[in-house]
Amino acid sequence: MAPAAGTREAAGPARSLADLLDATFQYWALVPALLILLALTLYPMLSILRMAVSTIDFAQGQFLWTFTGLQNWRSFVEDWLFRIALKNTLIFVIVAVTIEMLLGLSLALLACQIQMGKGIYRTIMVLPILVPAVAIGCMWRLMYNYDFGIFNQALVALGLTPLAWLADPRLAMASVILVDIWHWVPFVFLILLAGLEALPVEALEAANVDGANGWQRLRYVILPMIGPTLSVVVMFRTIFAFKVFDEIFLLTSGGPGTATEVVSLYIYKVFFAENRLGYGALLAILTILTICAFVGTYRWTRLGRRDPWAG
Amino acid sequence: MGGLRGKALILGHLAMILACLIILAPFAWIIMNSAKQQIDIYEGTLQFTPTWRNYERLLFSKQSNFIRNVANSALVATASTLAVMAVGTLTAYALTRYAWGRRFRVGAWLKAALLGWILLFHMIPAITLVGPWYLIFRELGLYNNLLGLVLTHITLNLPMATWLMMSFIQDVPRELEDAAWIDGCRRVGAFLRVILPVIVPGLVATGVLSFIFSWNEFSVALNLTASPTATIPVAISNFAQQYEIQYGEMAAGTVLATVPAILLMFAGQRFIVRGLMLGAFK
Repeated sequence: MAPAAGTREAAGPARSLADLLDATFQYWALVPALLILLALTLYPMLSILRMAVSTIDFAQGQFLWTFTGLQNWRSFVEDWLFRIALKNTLIFVIVAVTIEMLLGLSLALLACQIQMGKGIYRTIMVLPILVPAVAIGCMWRLMYNYDFGIFNQALVALGLTPLAWLADPRLAMASVILVDIWHWVPFVFLILLAGLEALPVEALEAANVDGANGWQRLRYVILPMIGPTLSVVVMFRTIFAFKVFDEIFLLTSGGPGTATEVVSLYIYKVFFAENRLGYGALLAILTILTICAFVGTYRWTRLGRRDPWAG
Repeated sequence: MGGLRGKALILGHLAMILACLIILAPFAWIIMNSAKQQIDIYEGTLQFTPTWRNYERLLFSKQSNFIRNVANSALVATASTLAVMAVGTLTAYALTRYAWGRRFRVGAWLKAALLGWILLFHMIPAITLVGPWYLIFRELGLYNNLLGLVLTHITLNLPMATWLMMSFIQDVPRELEDAAWIDGCRRVGAFLRVILPVIVPGLVATGVLSFIFSWNEFSVALNLTASPTATIPVAISNFAQQYEIQYGEMAAGTVLATVPAILLMFAGQRFIVRGLMLGAFK
C-alpha cells in the first residue's frame, strides 16, 4: 500500500481536497446512479404526470402540448377496451402463474430426490429464461402455424381436424398461456429446487423416524418450510406475468379481435399506434399505481417473517 | 432429501427427461426449419435436404439489414453492461458499506427511499416509461440513436445490478477493508484494491445477466429505434409482421438471436437464478 502512503504526505490544499473527496467517497459513489435516476426515471415520471393532463400532437417536427385537464380521465371512464385488456391480463396472470407453480413445484419435488443427472436437467431448464422472449414468440408461432405447425401435423396424423391455435378467439388465450407456461415453469422449478435443497435434512429424517408417509411429509414438513420461498416466487411471477408484452406481441398482437389484448400491449397501442401520448400516460400511471398497491399489500401481509432471498 | 430407488427412480428420471425434451423441442423445431427451403417448410416434411440458404440470405442479401442489427445489439449490450456494472457496483458499495443514518435519521430514510425507487422500476412494465422517454428523446435527438437505447438499458438493468452487487459486497468481511485503512490506504484505494478483487464473481454474474437482458430487450428498442438502429429482437419481430412472412429467414434470425443464451447457459445457472430473484424482493 505504498502509493497511498505517498499521497498522504503530499502537502497543501491539494491534500485536504483529496482527503475531503476520499472521506466523502460514500456520497459521490452514488452520484452516477443519482444522475441516471434523475434524468431517466424521475424526470420522465414528472413528465408523465404532465402528459396525463394534456393532449400532445406532433406537427412540423414539434410536439404541441395542450392542457386539457380531466379529458384523458373522461376517456378512461368510457374506455371499454382497457377493461377488456385488464380482464384478459388478470385471467392470463392467474391461470399461468397457478399452473406454473404447480408444475414447477412437482418437478422440483421430483428432482430433489434424484442424485445423478440433476446438473444436466438444471442446465437445460435454464435455457428458456435466457433466450429472447421475441425468439420464443417466433418459435411458437411456427409451431402453432395452421398449415405446417407441429401441433396441427400431430392432430392430422391422429385423424383429427386441425385447430386455428392463434386465430380462434376461444383458443388464442389458452395458446398464449401455454407459451408462458413453457417459458416460466423452468424458472419456478430452479428456484424451488434450490429452496428444497437448502432445507435441513434433520427435519425430514425426524419425520421419517416418526413414521410419516410421503403426503404427510410434504404437507406438514416440506411445504411449511419452503413456504416463504413459494410466496416470493408467486409474487415474482405475478408481477412479471402482469408485464407480459413480447411474446403476445409476436404471437397475436392482442388478436383475434380483443381475445389476447393485455394491459402492456394496449398501452403500447395507445402510445404508438394511436399516438395518444396523453391518454397513454394516464394508463401508465394507473398501471404503476396498481403494481405499487399490489406490492404494498404483499409486503404488509407477507407470510414469512424472513425473506429467504434477503441474505 | 431422501433419494428415490429402483422403479421409482427410473420413473422419476423418465419424467425429468420428458420435461427436458418439452423444453428442447421448440429449439429443435426452429433449428430444423431454419435449415429448410421455403417449400419444405410449407410441406412440413421431416425429410429434407438441409440448406444454408436462409442464413446466407439473412446475412448477405442486399435487402437484409441483419448484420447491422447484430452490430447494434452487440454494441448496445456491451456498452450498457459495462456502464451498469460500474454504476451498480459503486451504488451497492455506497449503500452497504456505510452506516446510513447513524448520525442522522434522514440517512436511513434516504437509503430506503433510494432502494424503493430503484425497486419500483424493476416492477413496472417498461412500456409505461417508453412514452415519456420517447417524448424526451425526440426533443434531445436521442430517438433513433444508439446512445439513447444504451441509456434506457442502463436504467432497466440498474436495479438488478445494484441488488446483486449489494449481496456480494455484504459478504466481504469488514476486517479486510479496515486492515487496508490501517495500512494507510485511502477509502477509494481500499475499494479498488481490496474490495473489487474479492467481488469479481459478483461482477461476472452482473455482467452476464445485464448483457443477456439488454440483448433480449424488446419493448423499449421497438419504440425508440428506427431501421438504422434496430436491434435483433426488433428485426425478428419485423419478419413476423410482414404480409408474406419469410419463415425461413425468420427461423434463421431466431436461431442466431439465441446464440448468446446458449453460450452462457453453461456459465452457471446458480447465479443466473440468484440474479433474477434478487432485486425483486429485498
